[in-house]
Amino acid sequence: MKHLEEYRDKARCDALLQAIEAASTRPWTLMEICGGQTHSLIRNGIPALLPDPIRLVHGPGCPVCVTPPTLIDQAIALAFQPGVLLCTFGDMMRVPGTTISLQTARSQGAAVQMVYSPLEAVRLAQQTPERKIVFFAVGFETTAPANALAVMQAHLQHIDNFSILSSHVLVPPAMTALLEDPTCVVDGFLAAGHVCTIMGQQVYRQLAADYKIPIVITGFEPVDLLQGILLCVEQLEKGTWKVENQYERMVHQDGNAAARELMEQVYTTVDRDWRGLGRIPQSGLALKAPFDRYDAALLFDVQEQPYVDHSGCRAGSVLKGSLSPTACPLFGKSCTPEHPIGAPMVSSEGACAAYYYFNNN
Amino acid sequence: MCLAIPGKVLQLKPHEEAYLCCADVQFGGITREVNTSLVPEVQVGDYVLVHVGVAISIVDEVTAAATLEWMQETDPSAITGEP
Repeated sequence: MKHLEEYRDKARCDALLQAIEAASTRPWTLMEICGGQTHSLIRNGIPALLPDPIRLVHGPGCPVCVTPPTLIDQAIALAFQPGVLLCTFGDMMRVPGTTISLQTARSQGAAVQMVYSPLEAVRLAQQTPERKIVFFAVGFETTAPANALAVMQAHLQHIDNFSILSSHVLVPPAMTALLEDPTCVVDGFLAAGHVCTIMGQQVYRQLAADYKIPIVITGFEPVDLLQGILLCVEQLEKGTWKVENQYERMVHQDGNAAARELMEQVYTTVDRDWRGLGRIPQSGLALKAPFDRYDAALLFDVQEQPYVDHSGCRAGSVLKGSLSPTACPLFGKSCTPEHPIGAPMVSSEGACAAYYYFNNN
Repeated sequence: MCLAIPGKVLQLKPHEEAYLCCADVQFGGITREVNTSLVPEVQVGDYVLVHVGVAISIVDEVTAAATLEWMQETDPSAITGEP
């Protein structure tokens, strides 16, 4: 497929690996933000191909992994309400809440349906006016416009049996929280390419300047990732800290203005709990008036409960890049993709699952 | 989760309500209807980046070609980060 296969070319990868080797004189620790990048890096064996001084740690950019278990409980409680059909992306089905997952809830009689797009859930609401369709709106800035579009479509077409349970999170506040953490080991970031297609580059310029850290907006194929690593290493070796755009074919300077305008109409910024990282100020999106009439958390009497994790899962340290998945005492023993304890083992984009599938030997 | 795939726009399906504009988009051998309301300037023949059924960006063909050409032409040992 055009615009994908060219970026999987072995000769180009080899050339970039040589260039990274030639450019590296000191140890550097880079963090890729997005779970899609983590998955691609591990699947393609890139960490093992990089020269020794370059170490990759994996960031918190998997929305499935950072959704708090109590919010999953809330989704499950909604799915058990009479007349409700809870629609969700497939990724969320197996993630454990405090007791069970949506998949287990469905086997116990809860009404849960997987959808590919939030717009499918709107259509479903239109076609079945007797049911209350609740969409579990999980995601970063990449997905927030699509979910806002679903709400806007429902609003314009007067589809009143549609609502969303919002678990939207934002990348820059999480990067700030990581950089403020005294245990932070990251020298440079590979920023999440698809998040930047929406948000553009501006917000990262501020972060790069404030923390004197290079940030390279990077794509998802092996050539993209290796070029992103090369650009980041070159900056570190030169002692610069600017924002560079490796993923120029997709990420335009100012992002997607139409998408951001829609987000501004529909959402307001709120504090949000992140699984494993705790509460991060102004790191989430919630519906604002008049669109809050589509907020399932307000429509239904289902409150999120406080939660304390006693499982021994070290997801928080993994998501901050301070612990390798394989160093967690539960990894591959009591916690496997078949019986996950922490969310990074559930999602295929979680660092733990990526290591389990592709790097377990 | 943030997975997005580029596909080629075959046919536009405009709608009087801007947020309901769609297009048929081809991904390899598969064609799917995609919402294009967030890329209002899209044309037939463009490649769009599609995430959960919504086009979120139009591929910049000129930049894509330039990046690949730069990699093709450069001696591997001389690749630097500045195209």
